[in-house]
Amino acid sequence: MGKTLVQKIFDSHLKAEPFEGTKVLNLDVVMCHEITTPIAIADLEWREKDRVFDAAKIKVVIDHVTPSKDTKSAVQAKILREWARRHNIKDFFDIGENGVCHALFPEKGFIRPGYTIIMGDSHTCTHGAFGAFAAGVGTTDLEVGILKGVCAFRQPNTIRVNLTGKLGKGVFAKDVALEVIRQLTVNGATDHVIEFRGEVIDAMDMEQRMTITNMAIEAGGTSGVCMPDEVTLEYLWPFIAEEYGNDKAKALKAFKAWWSDDDATYAKIVDINVSDLEPVATVGYKPDQVKKLSELCDMKIDQVYIGSCTNGRISDLREAAAMAKGRKLAPTVRGIVSPATTEIYKQAMQEGLLETLMDAGFCVTNATCGACLGMSNGVLAPDEACAATTNRNFNGRMGKGGMVHLMSPAAAVASGIQGTLCDPRTMME
Amino acid sequence: MKTFGGKVLFLDRSDINTDEIIPAKYLTEVKKEALGPHMLEDLKLDGFDPLGDKTQNASVIVTRANFGCGSSREHAPWALEVNGITLVIANNYARIFRQNMFNCGMLAIELGEDEIDTIFKMAALDVECSVDIDQKMLTFKSSGQTQTIPFTVAPFDEALVRAGGWVEYADQNL
Ligand code: SF4
Repeated sequence: MGKTLVQKIFDSHLKAEPFEGTKVLNLDVVMCHEITTPIAIADLEWREKDRVFDAAKIKVVIDHVTPSKDTKSAVQAKILREWARRHNIKDFFDIGENGVCHALFPEKGFIRPGYTIIMGDSHTCTHGAFGAFAAGVGTTDLEVGILKGVCAFRQPNTIRVNLTGKLGKGVFAKDVALEVIRQLTVNGATDHVIEFRGEVIDAMDMEQRMTITNMAIEAGGTSGVCMPDEVTLEYLWPFIAEEYGNDKAKALKAFKAWWSDDDATYAKIVDINVSDLEPVATVGYKPDQVKKLSELCDMKIDQVYIGSCTNGRISDLREAAAMAKGRKLAPTVRGIVSPATTEIYKQAMQEGLLETLMDAGFCVTNATCGACLGMSNGVLAPDEACAATTNRNFNGRMGKGGMVHLMSPAAAVASGIQGTLCDPRTMME
Repeated sequence: MKTFGGKVLFLDRSDINTDEIIPAKYLTEVKKEALGPHMLEDLKLDGFDPLGDKTQNASVIVTRANFGCGSSREHAPWALEVNGITLVIANNYARIFRQNMFNCGMLAIELGEDEIDTIFKMAALDVECSVDIDQKMLTFKSSGQTQTIPFTVAPFDEALVRAGGWVEYADQNL
């Protein structure tokens, strides 16, 4: 019987199976940020085990609250910074070169097909876009990962989502992600990996694929994965060319060895034809409460937020700027753009995207999670609403009493211009 | 091993997320104790009072499906733990939250919908819950009523609970 990509990764990384079905995996990458790691560090110190399993496999960033906003966040950053120095962790990204973890680490070439990756962050599933098994964990799992380079998982089954058809005008990867969550519901993929397949995925670049795998957790998924192909190869080539002796065919062959076998078994197969999809947004406090934007045009918004690990990459900023060009935000709407990484910021500046967005009335912040979790900036007042390109609309997420509507960058900008939720197609040629 | 059991807090809703259990604005705390006063502060549930006696005296939570979804923050089980809640009983959980509970040596028990309904029938009363881990049996007591319900727990998760958590287990076994 054939195996899925995730089964192959589990088999190749298995360190122990202490009980049937519980797999302890060797880890290729352990990622850390300043919110969930300091307590793990403090606990390791308290246990007199302040060690790391392999400094080269640990990647560290300060991204959620940066620059620090108060004494507490400054202390968190300081703990992480000093720990990274003390253990000689070279891949440490601080102010001036940092960015949202799930945008930054792929950009640096840290992810490879077949890797096992954990982080104390639920959207770690993003990295599955490269054909890796990447899962969010809590601080204790992170702590053991840092110390021993292992993590235990119940072997997940896989749900295969076949995406066929062609995306229509004004419909983007984000709309596809929301449609998948709507169909699976917020816990429809719990303890499962979602495998995204089909011509729609094949035609997407890595940024679009990451938008989709990023949101696997919103359906409860342990991870979301795509098969590593030519697109993956081109993205990673600057980092891996040497490793494969400049031989792309060889690299591609190695990538394809990870693909799910044709006769692999799936817990469930979901077929979605995207051709009839319309631009959508969420209304409510759960990411599966998805509606067509064309039916929501009377809902007022107070803020637009373009950013996050879902939609803060360069292609998202291009999409946002294209919509903003020559237009202005409604006078009742505040616009915030947070490029997801410092490199994306620079690129957007060079391409004139930031200027376009600023001319439309947006404020541009440094690369940070920022408003996404209402922790460091862009917080909503009670009863305010935000058109956001983020991934989570929970009650209080962007500020107590606020409402977050999830949507694509084009839809968020269009809504900002209109002052109410808006179908972006009404503003496209 | 931690101790389990005591007064029950009923949370009659599905999909309670970790932002509701402990809001993001408290994530800059580096001491678990500091989370204590903010447990369930943002929970959307009619009639629920995070500072009320029922909440403050609870050692056990009984709730519905997909408890602990959303953010991976282990601050959620910690917020429960520093409030003396080491046992949660739900229809099912989000994976990361469930694992975080066991990793902390706490118990996240899953029961069928019917069994959860049975327990919720007692929700208006003061209910005490005790748990026998060897026999895998839960007992719910209120004035004049006693319910016993068997449960299962995955062997690995039980080993974590008995070891006191994942760090302890990994130390002894890996
Ligand atoms: S951008 Fe938002 S969802 Fe992504 S890592 Fe930051 S806080 Fe989490």
